[in-house]
Amino acid sequence: MRLRPWRLAGRVGLAAGLLLFGQRGSRLAPERSASAAEQQPAAPQVAVAVARVIKVTAKKFEFKPSVITVKKGELVELELTTSDRRHGFDAPDLKIHAEIKPGAPTRVQFKPDKAGHFVFHCSVFCGDGHEEMTGEIVVAE
Amino acid sequence: MPFQHSRRQLLKLMGVGGVVFASGLAGAGESGKRKGAGHPSGNQRDFFFLQLSDTHWGFQGPPNPQAETTLRQAVATINAVDLQPDFIVFTGDLTHTTDNKDVRHTRMAEFRKIVSDLRVKDLRFMPGEHDASLDAGDAFKKHFGSPYYAFDHKGIHFVTVDNVSDPKGAVGDAQRDWLAGDLKKVGKDAPIVVFTHRPLFDLYPSWDWATQDGAKVVDILLPYRNVTVFYGHIHQEHHHTTDHIPHHSAKSLMFPLPAPGSVAKKQPIPWDPAQPFKGLGYRQVEEKDKNVNIEELSLSEA
Repeated sequence: MRLRPWRLAGRVGLAAGLLLFGQRGSRLAPERSASAAEQQPAAPQVAVAVARVIKVTAKKFEFKPSVITVKKGELVELELTTSDRRHGFDAPDLKIHAEIKPGAPTRVQFKPDKAGHFVFHCSVFCGDGHEEMTGEIVVAE
Repeated sequence: MPFQHSRRQLLKLMGVGGVVFASGLAGAGESGKRKGAGHPSGNQRDFFFLQLSDTHWGFQGPPNPQAETTLRQAVATINAVDLQPDFIVFTGDLTHTTDNKDVRHTRMAEFRKIVSDLRVKDLRFMPGEHDASLDAGDAFKKHFGSPYYAFDHKGIHFVTVDNVSDPKGAVGDAQRDWLAGDLKKVGKDAPIVVFTHRPLFDLYPSWDWATQDGAKVVDILLPYRNVTVFYGHIHQEHHHTTDHIPHHSAKSLMFPLPAPGSVAKKQPIPWDPAQPFKGLGYRQVEEKDKNVNIEELSLSEA
């Protein structure tokens, strides 16, 4: 059975992952109808990558975990939730800017292209201790 | 120089905040002469004002074991000087934040009462995130009025920009529209001073030292040729220029913070018993031969 990656993307992508197509691929593969899929030519070289989901919980005035370790080039999805109030999650050097609202997780995907230590912080002022609500993303080679 | 005979007193006064001479501001020294400058009053003459910032009334902790007296000491120091400023502006974080609404109101009332003892009665307030971010500025408005506004003083147009009532640190579409509309009332050469709390440029976003839509605010200011920005938030002197617009931050009157990115984690610089008030303090901005000269002294020397 020939793999039809665009259909797989529609399912796996909804669950937790992401499919990357080709070397440029860093965008979510579009879900297509079966009829459209049948008209597609044979799929070219396909690299399939599923994001690794890392759950991060925010509450006054900490993130858990506060240190997130990933690998350079790894596709990561942060599943951000809050257990008390609105918070933010900003890692400016990785261009991650997210708001975390009570009631539903915020999902952010990124694929670091450089190794190092990158600070993140709460970007929604949340009270006395807000300044200490920080963490670090460690990108290993 | 009209203030030459009082320089020693001025240096003392500078120990508690920033002293700003109107003639030292971009375009201020010439606006009265320039026909068609477009300034609303045209009543230009030299004067100075004080910028006090980040007083954090209500703060308690090791970074300032004299937190309950620092603000009163600053008021007494200013009052002791014969030569008084035309007005004093407080560029945010008047009070230290609290989740307790009653305590927040109490702190603001106490702050207001303490600074009402200043001999100078023309006081201008604006919020910092500690004052306004937890309740969208409700308590601040009750005690101090609108968090953003404009006024004219002796030939200079002053504008305050609120980048803290939104807890994400944004100015927002509505206020930016207001700012653009307000500035249309003055000419492109008019001297304009902007007060704000957070830096309007990306000073160090990893430490939240930025304004989310600061670049859009700067874009509104750029067509005006004589704009100077004074801000607080970072608890230290800092000078930066975006195109032709200089941005000057003020020291805190509660505790200093480290230079941007100089340490791994942002936290107050520890109190030094051997040098009380080290890092708190003062600045003078003065124009000489169309150059802006800035002189810094420390509160402990005031």
